[in-house]
Amino acid sequence: MQEYVIELSKYFIAFFMVLYTASCFYTFRYPTGEHHKGIFILQDVLMFLVQVLCFLDLSLTGGDFQYLFFFAFILIFLFATITMVSLIYENINRLLLNNMCMLLGIGLCMVSRLSFDKAIRQYVIVLVSLIFSLLIPYLLGKIHFFKKITWLYATLGIALLSTVLILGEVTHGSKISFSLGGITFQPSEFVKILFLFFLAGALWENVSFQRVVLTAIIAGAHVVILVVSKDLGSALIFFVGFVFVVFAATRNYLYLFAGIIGGGAASYLAYQLFDHVRIRVLAWQDPWKYIDNKGYQITQSLFAIGSGSWFGMGLLKGNPTAIPYVEADFIFSSICEELGVIFGMCLILICVSSFLEMMRIAVKIHDRFYQLIVYGIGIMYIFQIFLTIGGGTKFIPLTGVTLPFISYGGSSVMTTMIMFFIIQGIYIRLQKEGERRGGK
Amino acid sequence: MENNKSQNKSPKKTPDKKRRGNQREIWLSAGGIGVLFLCLMIYLGHFVATSEQDMINNSYNSRQQILLSRNYRGSIYSRDGEVLAETILNEDEEETRNYPYKNLFAHIVGYSTQGRMGVEALANYYLINTNTSLTNKVKNDTAGKKNPGDNVYTTLDVKIQQVANDQLDIYRGAIIVTEVSTGKIIAMVSHPDFDPNSIAEIWDDLVDNDSSTVLLNRATQGLYPPGSTFKIVTALEYIKENPDTYQNYSYNCNGSFRLGDSKISCYHGSSHGQVDFKKSFAKSCNSSFANIGMSLDREAFQETLNDLLFNKDLPLTLNYAKSSALVSESTPSAEMMQTSIGQGKTQITPMHLNMITCAIANDGVLMKPYVIDRVENDEGTVVKSFKASEYGRLMSEDEAAILRQLMTDVVQEGTASKLKGLSYTAAGKTGSAEYNNVKGDSHAWFTGFAPAEDPEVCVTIIVEGAGSGGDYAVPIARRIFDAYFSEKQ
Repeated sequence: MQEYVIELSKYFIAFFMVLYTASCFYTFRYPTGEHHKGIFILQDVLMFLVQVLCFLDLSLTGGDFQYLFFFAFILIFLFATITMVSLIYENINRLLLNNMCMLLGIGLCMVSRLSFDKAIRQYVIVLVSLIFSLLIPYLLGKIHFFKKITWLYATLGIALLSTVLILGEVTHGSKISFSLGGITFQPSEFVKILFLFFLAGALWENVSFQRVVLTAIIAGAHVVILVVSKDLGSALIFFVGFVFVVFAATRNYLYLFAGIIGGGAASYLAYQLFDHVRIRVLAWQDPWKYIDNKGYQITQSLFAIGSGSWFGMGLLKGNPTAIPYVEADFIFSSICEELGVIFGMCLILICVSSFLEMMRIAVKIHDRFYQLIVYGIGIMYIFQIFLTIGGGTKFIPLTGVTLPFISYGGSSVMTTMIMFFIIQGIYIRLQKEGERRGGK
Repeated sequence: MENNKSQNKSPKKTPDKKRRGNQREIWLSAGGIGVLFLCLMIYLGHFVATSEQDMINNSYNSRQQILLSRNYRGSIYSRDGEVLAETILNEDEEETRNYPYKNLFAHIVGYSTQGRMGVEALANYYLINTNTSLTNKVKNDTAGKKNPGDNVYTTLDVKIQQVANDQLDIYRGAIIVTEVSTGKIIAMVSHPDFDPNSIAEIWDDLVDNDSSTVLLNRATQGLYPPGSTFKIVTALEYIKENPDTYQNYSYNCNGSFRLGDSKISCYHGSSHGQVDFKKSFAKSCNSSFANIGMSLDREAFQETLNDLLFNKDLPLTLNYAKSSALVSESTPSAEMMQTSIGQGKTQITPMHLNMITCAIANDGVLMKPYVIDRVENDEGTVVKSFKASEYGRLMSEDEAAILRQLMTDVVQEGTASKLKGLSYTAAGKTGSAEYNNVKGDSHAWFTGFAPAEDPEVCVTIIVEGAGSGGDYAVPIARRIFDAYFSEKQ
């Protein structure tokens, strides 16, 4: 009986996931804010079904009730988030909210499969982040000096990054985190938000050449500090965020091309100058040759994806912990291994649909400052996903960044949640403006 | 998106640049990122569709152990359903791998402990996965038993394999029998062999002893000088260069060909007198072929060699060695003469020679050789079946026809006359490859096919150190052709 349930649930999980993904794209038929409520309730039901089946599998295969307890906690969290947030803010963007919950649910489920202790820690961080994030839309409505402290964002950002560079702990050869009271922070995550506010503040009204150059110098300082800290993934994300925000702010294609060419030249230079960059590229070109050392992570990741195939080996039936740092950098590979590549592809598409929704919101915003923030968040969010999934599948060289909302890592999940709620806050403002205008 | 277009087109009242809409830029960047993700997803889909097996089979992948802890290894069958390898469970559910034919399929079926070889390695993925019915899975699960792995049916034929093995007898060497129209490997023998049932016991001896080549599958991994069988290649190049005049070729053989200080002698010093192209090939006249070789355009020759897959990867899933043959303007005459008759630095595996022969027999088109016919679950439902597939054309249809005629004449009036006057007509080329500069020490080669007019089966034989191909390899070919055609009736 048990085997029947486990075997069949594999296909049902994939099926529900495909339906959920399709429903995300179905909402694009309607203008933002004018969705039929029904589709979002359907999404909630599908989300619930995926969770139920995943935890049923975990409990049956693992034969351990701890998963059921954890499942209860996750359900409470998801239910509370969906109902509470839409009660507090009636104009909330339901697609982004649902996608956030879906991804958090999948993440918690997968982390609990990889390491139960880490999952509990992750759960607590998610709760704290949510409580904090709930204030953001309110604060965005009340505070009006965000546009006026542009240079403060930059100073604070560079200061934080420099502090880590000088005082930070070395983990896996990179200086990216420091501990405070037993909790490890990864400031480059939080600096992303400061960085975007800085870019938006610097470019929302003045897009003269001098201003762009000044912005480039300060943005470059961020990127250089990150490269020196050997946090290549973050450096790339910051760089891409900068190039795209400048492009959207100036509407000048020359800046975009200059950014792409400059990025290429900088990458080449980094390849020539730094050993750790060369190693990444070598391990990407032919990981099988270096399977015992440099290529170990990536080949183990490919084994996981290849072994999982379309429908996966089933939760707890694979061996994802063979990949070093699986719960942070390679969680996508472990998802493909046990839940299947169809599930993994749906996951990518859910992230892409979140990104598209952000872009739909961005084009509606008339206030360039807030528009650039929404746009920048979208770009940095989706580019990070591209880096981590592309890296784990050997599509591009490995950079070692997290999969937002899904990977284990407090700083990452908190930053992404703050970003999502900043967009929600701006979206709510937009809806209110629209109502006011409509009222007149 | 429609309204943003109209917005962009409409004249702007405010000169301030930032006031103009940037929707177009936003959607453009979104589109760019969409394309990026599309590529990523296509790549991921392609990776999964094509590499699942490679991933599971890699020895660095710890998931093999997981599968083996859940399923026991499936069986390997011959094409007529004889068991070639099976896993036997005793009362305590302990597994032993049993090979009923002992040494007979040692290299081609291989072994699965101490690493893997042959079909055991090729089909590992299927053998350790299970497609048994859900009902069975549940039954086994409740009983705490492992599930049966899928079974693999090969293209191998026990009778032909037995004949080939008996014929090679105590000699070292290799025999390959393939089906011309499909590329199916019907038999593959390599001597010396071993008993895979006792691989664990003999392993240390075999591995410690560096000079032991018992584990080497000579059919695919043994590199030999091709000797006169290489004249097929030289002849092909000559035909290509002289399509209208090759039949007018004539040479007076007095037993050797000299150029400067170098000399090429015919086998056992015999002189063939006045020979034309056909007779040079049928009698395997070294002097005449050295003469032909010196007339060839070397650049074109190298191209032909590459077309025939020398120095290249073969479309073969079994482990193999790469054949090598190089000619260029800088090749010294002495070496060029040697190369034209298959001596010198040229090296070939018997499997590669078999593939070239098959292509000649199959109108110039090479079928990819394969040994796994289908995979079935424990109840006999086909899970996956493999079909014959073309690799591509190695030579034109006309060139293949000319070579087939030349090879038929080898049997009718040349060095393979021991295949003459049978119920079928065979065609082929013999070779006696000298291998350590001592006269008389030669490997006996034969590669050919039958029936000559409509080829069905292709045989390649090498008998190490036996002597001339005509005396030692051709009779073996005859027994194999006999067995093949008698089994067909």
